[in-house]
Order: sequence, then C-alpha cells, then structure tokens
Amino acid sequence: MFESLSEKVQSTFRNISGRGRIDEDGVRSAMDDVRTALLEADVHQDVVKQFCDEVVIEAIGQEVTKSLKPGEEMIGLVHQKLIDLMSPPQGTSTDPIMLVEPAPTIVMLCGLQGSGKTTTCGKLAAYLKQRGRSVMLAAADLQRPAAVEQLKIVAEQVDTEGKGNVKVHFYAEPDKCSEYGKATGVAVGVCLRALGEARKAKVDVLILDTAGRLHIDNDLMKELEGINRALNPHQIYLIVDAMVGQDAVNSAKAFHQRLAVDGIILTKFDSDTRGGAALSVKSVTGAPIKFIGVGERFDALEEFHPQRMAGRILGMGDVVSLVEKAQAEVSEEDAEKLAEKMASGKLTMDDFVKQLKSIRRMGPMKQLLGMLPGVGSMLKNVQVDEKQLDQLEGMVNSMTKKERDDIKLLNKSRIKRIAKGSGTTPTDVNKLTKQFEMMQKMTKQMAGTGFGGKMKAMKEMSKGGGNLIPGMSNMPTLGGRGSTKTLGVKSKFKQRKKRK
Amino acid sequence: MGLFSTTVSAIRKGLARTREAVGSGFRSLLMGRALDDELISEIEQRLIAADVGVAATTSIIKNLRQAYKDKEIVRGEDTLEFLKQQLIGRWEETDRSLAVAQTKPTVILVAGINGSGKTTSVAKITKSLKEQGRTVLLAAADTYRAAATEQLEIWSNRLDVQIVKGEAGSDPAAVVFDACDAAIARHVDALVIDTAGRLHTQDNLMRQLTKIRDVVAKKIPGAPHEVLLVLDATAGQNAITQAKVFAKAINVTGIFLAKLDGTAKGGIVVAIQDVLGIPVKLIGVGETLDDVEAFDPTSFMQAMFEA
Repeated sequence: MFESLSEKVQSTFRNISGRGRIDEDGVRSAMDDVRTALLEADVHQDVVKQFCDEVVIEAIGQEVTKSLKPGEEMIGLVHQKLIDLMSPPQGTSTDPIMLVEPAPTIVMLCGLQGSGKTTTCGKLAAYLKQRGRSVMLAAADLQRPAAVEQLKIVAEQVDTEGKGNVKVHFYAEPDKCSEYGKATGVAVGVCLRALGEARKAKVDVLILDTAGRLHIDNDLMKELEGINRALNPHQIYLIVDAMVGQDAVNSAKAFHQRLAVDGIILTKFDSDTRGGAALSVKSVTGAPIKFIGVGERFDALEEFHPQRMAGRILGMGDVVSLVEKAQAEVSEEDAEKLAEKMASGKLTMDDFVKQLKSIRRMGPMKQLLGMLPGVGSMLKNVQVDEKQLDQLEGMVNSMTKKERDDIKLLNKSRIKRIAKGSGTTPTDVNKLTKQFEMMQKMTKQMAGTGFGGKMKAMKEMSKGGGNLIPGMSNMPTLGGRGSTKTLGVKSKFKQRKKRK
Repeated sequence: MGLFSTTVSAIRKGLARTREAVGSGFRSLLMGRALDDELISEIEQRLIAADVGVAATTSIIKNLRQAYKDKEIVRGEDTLEFLKQQLIGRWEETDRSLAVAQTKPTVILVAGINGSGKTTSVAKITKSLKEQGRTVLLAAADTYRAAATEQLEIWSNRLDVQIVKGEAGSDPAAVVFDACDAAIARHVDALVIDTAGRLHTQDNLMRQLTKIRDVVAKKIPGAPHEVLLVLDATAGQNAITQAKVFAKAINVTGIFLAKLDGTAKGGIVVAIQDVLGIPVKLIGVGETLDDVEAFDPTSFMQAMFEA
C-alpha cells in the first residue's frame, strides 16, 4: 500500500534536500515529479492539479525558497497538505459510526459491483460486536446469485467467531431473489421489513447490504433512493475499492449526488495500490473516509486517520497505529509480568512464543514492519516468510514443559526428538536455541542496566541476535547481519596459512 | 478457428455497446478547433482521465507536439485520426480468439483479484461456448469465499451445465483434480475453472494458484489451454501490477477485461498492451450474459475516439 507513491515522493525530496538552497523553479520542478507520482497513483487529475498548485504557492509564500533545508520544509508542507486533503470538514463528527437513540441506528452500504460490500458488512458487524453493540445484517442484494447466502454465512461466522458477547442477527427474504434487473425495487420492501425485525429484536445497529450497481444504472440508483426515502438511514457509506482508477471520482460523485453519502469505506487496502482513490474520493465528495479494509479476516478493518495515512504515504511510518494494535493484543498486566521476567533473565520459551503469537495476531509481519518509520521502502522487495514463524512455533510446541522453561536441558537426543516432532532439522532447533539464549542475555542487559548496558546489549544484538525474526534473513541492514561473521576454526586456520 | 471469432457483423453489433461504454468525448473536444498548445494539454488530460496511463500519454503527446511543430497537423479533425493511429499502431495483428485443444477437453482457467468479476465472466464464457454447441463442465474452485460455490451453482442451473464442487474450506486444488477427472470421464468439450479471488500481494494465495495450474497440467497434457486473468476495467494503473504478478504465477495467456460498461474509458487496454503485451481477448460490457465481446483494437479505438 502506498509503497511506490511514497518512494517516488521521497526520492524527489531527497534530491532537493541535497542542495543548499532552492529557487522558485526548483520548487516547481520538484512538484512536477510529485504530480507525475500522484497521477501514476491514480489520483484524479483535477485533485492533483489543485494539490500541486496549492503546494507551490504556499512553498513560495512560506519562503521555503529562503530556507537552508528546503527538502525538509517541502516534506512538511506536503505532509500538512495531504492531511488537509483527507481530513473531514471542520465541525463534523470524527466518530467512525454515530449511534442514535432510540436504536436501531440504520447503516446502508452501497457501491459498485465487486467493491467489497458484503465482506465489509461482516467487518462492520465484527467491529460493533467487539464494542458490545448488537447488529442485524439485512440482505438487500437480490440481484447477484447467492449474495443472500453469502451474507448469511458471513453473519453466522461473525456471530460465532467474533469477539464480544452480543448477537449478530440476519434478515433475508431469499424467495425475492431474481435474475439481474428483474427484481429492481423489491429491495425497498425487504429493507422495511428488516427494520421491523430489527426493532423487534432490539438490535443496536441495522446494516443494509445493497446490491452492487453502476452509478449510471438509473433503475438501480432509483432503488437506492427508494430505500433512502423509506428508511432514512442514519449513515450511508459508499464502499470504494482502493485500486480504482480515474473513474473513481465520477462514480463517487454520482452516488453522493443521489444519496448524500455520510462516509467512505476504502477496501482492499492491503494490496499494493498506490491508493490514489483515498486522496481523490474524499476531495470530490467531501464525505470523510471512515474505515479502511486491510485483509480478508473480519477483524481486518481499521479506523481511518488522515494524519497517520499522510505519514504512511510519505514513508514516515505509522507508529501510533502500531501501538494501538499492540495494546489491543497485550494487556498491561501481561506486559508488566514480561518486563519483570526479562529483567531477571528468566524469559522462557513459552513467553517467547506467547509474544510471537500476540504479535502475529496483529497482522502480517510485513504490514506491521511497514508501519515503522523508514522501514516501508526498505521492505519493498523483502518476502517475510510467515511459514518460518509457523515452524518456530512448531519447534517450541514439540518441547516438553521442562525444556521450555530451561533450554539448557536440550542435548543431542532431545534436539533430535524436537526436530522430528516439528518436521524440522536439528540444525534448525540449534539455531533457535542459540538465538534464544542470545535474546535472554540481551533482554536482561536491556532491562537491568543503565545507558552503557543498553548500548552493550545493542551491540550484542547486531553481532548475532539481530536475526531473531526468522524468515527475514534477506532483510537489508536491519541489525547488520553478516557484517561480523565469525569464521569457523578451519577457515581461520586457512586464512592464517595464507598470510604466512 | 477459435471461439469468439471476430466476424464483421459481431463487431458492428458489439461496437454500439462498446462505443457507449468507452466513448470519451474526443470527437466533440476536437471538432472544429485548430490545434494549439492549449488543446494539446486538454488532450493530455483527456488521455489521463481515460486511464491510458502516464507513460503512454507522455509519449503520445510528445509525438503530437512534434507533428504540430512540423505543421503536419493543423486541424482538430486530423488530430483525431492521428491519435487513433498512435494507439491502434501499438497492436500487432494476432489471433485473439480463445484457444481450443486438439483433443478435448479444452481447459480454461480463470483467475483474478477479489471482486474483479470472475464468476460472472465464467458464466458469460460458458454461455457462448454452449451457444456454439459445446458441452461445458464448470469447476467451483473458490472454496474460500462464503457462498461462492452457491453463486456458480446458480449459474450452472440457469445455463444447464454440469458443475464439480467441493466442501467450503477444502483444498481448491483437490476440486480441480476431481473436475479434471470428471471432464475426461464425461467427454465434455470444455472445462471452465472458477478460482477464488486473491490479491496479488498475497504470496501464499498466489502459490496456491500455481499449484492449481500444476494440477491441471498434470491431469490433462497441454492444459490449461487458456489462462484468463479477469481485470476490472474501473481499476486504475494497479491493474498492470496485478497482471504482472498473476502472469508470473500462472502464465496468463489472455485477459478478460470486465466491467467496461462503467464510465471507465477503457484506456487501460493501452497500458496493458504497452507494458505487458498480454492480449486482451474478451471484454465484458454489461450485466447480462450476452454482454461479452471479442476485443479488437481497431474497432475499440474507433469506439473510444468517435463517441
């Protein structure tokens, strides 16, 4: 996501930061590159033009040209402008979903075919369920074959697997389904009856999953207007595929004109899209982006924060989101316990795997690392092999309780057994124990000592423990692996011989 | 001779639909105006808006500027012709019909990202195969998404063709394995495989797709005869990245460009041709099963510029 865009913008500004001063032409030519980068990222051209013009004017006005660090000044300016571009208008609510009294709050999802409405229904339901709000999903897509069936399965899955103890209801009238174009308008009645059921069941939120439609399909757009009039939904969300092209703006505009959309949910953000849609859709409709979908799982829905997104676009990382993710997975109590164990050097294999598991629950490793400042562009060609992490868990699971508490117990035959049990080789197990011992030592030093000790621990880390996350061995310069390779006895001997 | 042979009448019939779909207002922009710098920059914007892509647009505009400087083009009308030629010239004469195996079954593997329109495209292909008197077997190899199998099953009932499916959550490669066996045993002419949508950034899912392809190749020599990548025409330049990754995983032989009936201007075909060279074989221009056409660069560009 955004990788290529941020890379281009960064390299542009790197070029000008190298220089001492920059004149007006310099600003303009730098912004020309930014313009190309934005266009290639499918940002709508009108938006691009306005954006670049404003930056140029302000850059000259703010006397970036007189600054000694024009590159930094420009990045700061572009960063602020990006935030402005994506921020909701002053005075509007920043709550992702505004809940109304009396319940139910009615939420309607609409969008083009294949934008991800049904999946997003499930994600929203999971989001609300986790926050203690009961939900009813209503199937208003009577066009696409098996759309009703799909939503039903989604509702059941979220109901049984989602966090939280409230119920996820489902409403549908499967007999009303028909071939494309033959059931137009029927959805209005279905939605009305769903609302009745939602009131009876006393759910907090009713979510309407409408059929995908083209914004130029008048009949189907009229159907949406019909639902809008009949139910008067409190929130209407437009679902937009983050990979959408220049036409994104036209369709968003059309939906907005007919329905006065309250918010936008961008889906498929976990692709490598340059995310131009995020920038343009908000700017033409004025409706704020509420959520972004970042994966196939139901919990892969993030609240949208313009500030953080601007940071990600410019490759500044997004530490705030990362910390939030961590907080959702690790309780404070656990964290304190762990810190104690670290300080006393009593970190066990169990603790290690527990940590690893909670990190992995936060999302794919690559996505997490991408949120660290400066790491995003470095990760571009790195494949994080999640399988190796599975393997690691497998090895620990093959150890006895005693072994996990004290890995010094591991002798040749135990190692052999563990390798067999986890489908790995003794070399793999040995590697793991070595790395783990290194980490034990390191964490003890980190936790227990002052500044000097920490520095020493850092050094240790770069010597060999820096590769604690397996599967990332081809990672460039994170931890300096390979720089201080220790030679084997034989090769040392050979070298000495040569010198003579 | 393959499927979807582009007969003149078919093009003409289809062109109306394509014109409706991809017309981008060039004619009204250019008619009666003299070419000047302002018009050139308007053309540039129009090309970008049509998703032609920055690289292709830049090169076309550069050529146009040169021609303008050399006084080869003066009037807007001539510009229209110039642009058309610039674009049409990018395609070589080639066979864009779907491949047919010498010994049946012909296997068509269909893949793409989530929501690109795979299942609808599979139904469209199946319908036209049937209309040509061929027997078809469908394989529901999307065992991941909720009710994906049911969706394809409804199409198989409406189209009256057989279907092979698996349990939800089962290995799609196993479904494909069974489908290959069934296709051989039942002597069908064509086996069309619908796979789960996957983002090209998901390496494990891309490997799964490679495995599916390998299973097909092992079961039926020479298969899959056609590997179609379904691209959403409303997707922007990211479609190119998608195609690159899919091509690497399953050796894509053709592209099915779906949802051209949006107001997307279809310029993405230019970028596809420039960067990938994978032939666009079919275009989807509407919701009903008959809304599918063979892609022909000349008539497509005519449609794009004449409307």
